[in-house]
Amino acid sequence: MRNICTIVGKELRSYFVSPVAYVVLTGFLLLGGWFFFNLLSRFNLLLSLYLQAQGQEAVDRFNLNDYVISPLMHNLAIVLVILVPMITMRAYAEERKGGTYELLLTSPVRTGEIVLGKFLASFLFIAIMIGLTLIYPAILIAFGNPEFGIMASGYLGLLLLATVFVSVGLLTSSLTENQIIAAVSGLVSTLLLYVIGWPAETAGEVLGPLLRYLSVTEHFAEMVRGIIDTRALIYFASLITLALFLTQRSVESLRWR
Amino acid sequence: MIEVQHLTKRYGDLTAVSDISFNVASGQILGFLGPNGSGKTTTMRVITGFMPATGGTVKVAGFDIFDESFEARKRIGYLPESPPLYNDMTVAAYLRFVARIKGMPKAAIPDALDRALTRCGLTKVTNRVTGHLSKGFRQRVGLAQAIIHNPEVLILDEPTVGLDPQQIIEIRALIRELAGHHTVVLSTHILPEVAQVCEKVVIINAGRVVMEDMLANLTQGQTLEEVFLKAISQDETPAEIQKPESLEVPA
Repeated sequence: MRNICTIVGKELRSYFVSPVAYVVLTGFLLLGGWFFFNLLSRFNLLLSLYLQAQGQEAVDRFNLNDYVISPLMHNLAIVLVILVPMITMRAYAEERKGGTYELLLTSPVRTGEIVLGKFLASFLFIAIMIGLTLIYPAILIAFGNPEFGIMASGYLGLLLLATVFVSVGLLTSSLTENQIIAAVSGLVSTLLLYVIGWPAETAGEVLGPLLRYLSVTEHFAEMVRGIIDTRALIYFASLITLALFLTQRSVESLRWR
Repeated sequence: MIEVQHLTKRYGDLTAVSDISFNVASGQILGFLGPNGSGKTTTMRVITGFMPATGGTVKVAGFDIFDESFEARKRIGYLPESPPLYNDMTVAAYLRFVARIKGMPKAAIPDALDRALTRCGLTKVTNRVTGHLSKGFRQRVGLAQAIIHNPEVLILDEPTVGLDPQQIIEIRALIRELAGHHTVVLSTHILPEVAQVCEKVVIINAGRVVMEDMLANLTQGQTLEEVFLKAISQDETPAEIQKPESLEVPA
C-alpha cells in the first residue's frame, strides 16, 4: 500500500511539474467550453423558434438534459478518446527509454504495485480533468432546472469511459519504449472501442449484439440517458481489470527478456 | 556477502553467462572485469534481482535473490550503466522517492538524504532538476541513489564511463570511501581503475570466469594489463557465444 502511494505521488508530481498537465487541462477545458457555449446558444435559438411557431406545449418537451448535457457528454467523450492516450503514453515508455525501470524492478516493490500506482495516478489526473468541467452543469443548475440524477449518471459514465481509456493507454505504453508508438496505438485502441459497435445493425444476430456489448459508446450512451445498468458496470470493470492484468504481465515480462 | 554459484543466463539460444561462480566477502571491493559483451551487465542484473537466472543461485547477505527477493533487494544498491534518473524531478525529490521505494522508514529518510547528498558532493545541486545536470553530476546522483538506503551491497556497473578525468578521480575516491561500510561489486573494463580501487578481481570472458584472485596475488611482477590479456587470450571462445552485441541490452 505504501509503495502504491509512493508511486502515485511520484507520477502525479511528474504530471504537474512538467507543462503536460497544464496544456492538457487547458486544451480540454477550452474545447469543453466551446461545446458548452455552442450547445447552449443552439438551445436558446431553438427555444425561441419553437415558442413563436408552436407555443408553450412544444416548448415543454425541451429540456436541458437532452439538448445540452447529453450532447456535451458525447463531445467530451470524443475529446477523451484522443487526449487520454497522450496523457498515458509516457507512463511506461519513458521509464524504459530512460532506464528507470531498472530502478523500479530492482526495488522491493511488486510489479502489481507499480501498475496499480501508475493507474491510480492517471485515474486521479483524469478525475481532476473531468471534475473541472462540472462548472458547466453548475451553471445550468444555477440558471435553469436540469434533472440532477441524469447528470450524475452521465458524469459517472464519462468517468468510467475515461478510466477504461486510461487503462488501455497504460497498456499500450507498457508495450513499447517509444512514446509516439504508445500514443498512436493507444489512440487506435480507444477509438476502436468507441466505434466497434457501428456495424452492429448489419452484422447479424450473433455478432451484432456482441459488437454492441463490446462498444464502450453503447454503455456510455445509456448512462448519459440516465440508465445505470449492471451489465454496463460489469463491462467497464472487466475491461479495466483485463487491461491492468495485461499491463502487469507486460511489465513483468521485461524481466524475462 | 555475495555468493554466486553456477550462475547461467540464456536469452533464447544465446548463452550470455554460463556457470559463473564467485564470492565476495563483507566489506570487500570486487573488480568485475571483462571485455565488452562478456556478460558483466547480465551477471549484475541477475545479482540485483532485475531478471531471474536460467540456472544457478545468487545469495546476497544470506538471502536468495529469487526466493527471498524482497529481503535481498532491500540490501542492494544498484547503479546501472546509465543512471536511472527521472529528468523532471529535483535531486532531493528523486532521492526521497528512491529511499521510499527501497523500503526505508519515513522517519529515517531526511537523515539518509543529507548523508547521501554530502557524501556524493551534491549539496549545491539539491534543488536542481536532474535533467539539467552535467554528466558528472548525473553519475553522482546515480551513486547517491544507490547508497541512500545504506545497503550492505553496492553493485556499480561501469560507474566512471564518460566522465572527465577530474570526475573519474572523484568518483573513485568516493567508491574507496564506501568500502568497509559496504560490499562493492564494480564492473569496468578500465584496468587502472581496478588497480587503484579493488582488492579482489574476477575476470570473465565470453560468459565464463577465467580468473578469480586477490589483486595482490595477480599482479606479482606483472601489470594488470598483462594478467588480463593473458587470461582472455588463453580462453577460447566457444562457438555458441559469438554475438556479444546482443548481450548488453536484452530489451
